[in-house]
Amino acid sequence: MKFAVLVFPGSNCDIDCYKAVEDTIGQPVDFVWHTATDLSAYDCILVPGGFSYGDYLRCGAIAQFTSVMGEVRKAAEAGKYVLGICNGFQVLTEAGLLPGALLRNSNLKFRCHPALLEVVNNETPFTNQYAKGEIVDIPIAHGEGNYYCDEKTLAELEANNQVVFRYKAGTNPNGSVNDIAGICNENGNVVGMMPHPERAVDQLLGSEDGKRMFTSILNAWRGKHGAAVNG
Amino acid sequence: MKATVYVTIKQNVLDPQGTAVQGALHSMGFDEVGKVRIGKYLELQLDTADRGEAETRLKAMCEKLLANTVIEDYRFELEG
Repeated sequence: MKFAVLVFPGSNCDIDCYKAVEDTIGQPVDFVWHTATDLSAYDCILVPGGFSYGDYLRCGAIAQFTSVMGEVRKAAEAGKYVLGICNGFQVLTEAGLLPGALLRNSNLKFRCHPALLEVVNNETPFTNQYAKGEIVDIPIAHGEGNYYCDEKTLAELEANNQVVFRYKAGTNPNGSVNDIAGICNENGNVVGMMPHPERAVDQLLGSEDGKRMFTSILNAWRGKHGAAVNG
Repeated sequence: MKATVYVTIKQNVLDPQGTAVQGALHSMGFDEVGKVRIGKYLELQLDTADRGEAETRLKAMCEKLLANTVIEDYRFELEG
């Protein structure tokens, strides 16, 4: 299974994502520059955190028009796995691959600390190794992670089981609607989340709860391709 | 031709910055201040003399990039 980690000018979690893939599942992974025009070789595309294009205008607003994002759109339509983390989530919403938008945190603070999340949907390719309702410890680091969508969209997200992670009740760090920390598209193959699973892959980092997101992806891919399923 | 674009947060979307500024103004004694909303102001120099064409293209710029219509409204003025 082959992974691409996108790199925009201003991405800063790209190396963490790359290392996380190497360390957790040992699959081949490449850095792919924003000018790339072909992602057909990849099974999973990671859109990393950071401050693409300096967050100018709006977070993720400029990155959505890069040539590589056109390829991400095609990959998403083809059912390949796309995971946007933090700024990657912002890019995916701006690109229209996920509904809603990320606003300034309601307290106007940049929040950088461990966060407890409830796994709401464990049926996505990214979360199949978690139990439904499980509380996991995955850190956040953002100033604009306040997920917003209109009421109609919110009702659809809830009805379609598209909320993947919620901040544990009473711990919402940014004011997001319904405590949303991560969502997926209708098909479940595109997930965006503000917390950073790639920063939670070893106890030395404070938590290894993010590891299972990577094993989940490999598991889903193997299941789909008839290969041996990973524990 | 010069275009002036105003991008504002939709009325039903929370504006944390506006709320913070409102609080600051109140603490300074400007008690008459009601709601505060913060938006963006952009000036664009357009290399065209065709007003209709400029309007069409500005609308496209706003819809595609300058505003995120999920959370923001926009309006623009043309002069020259």
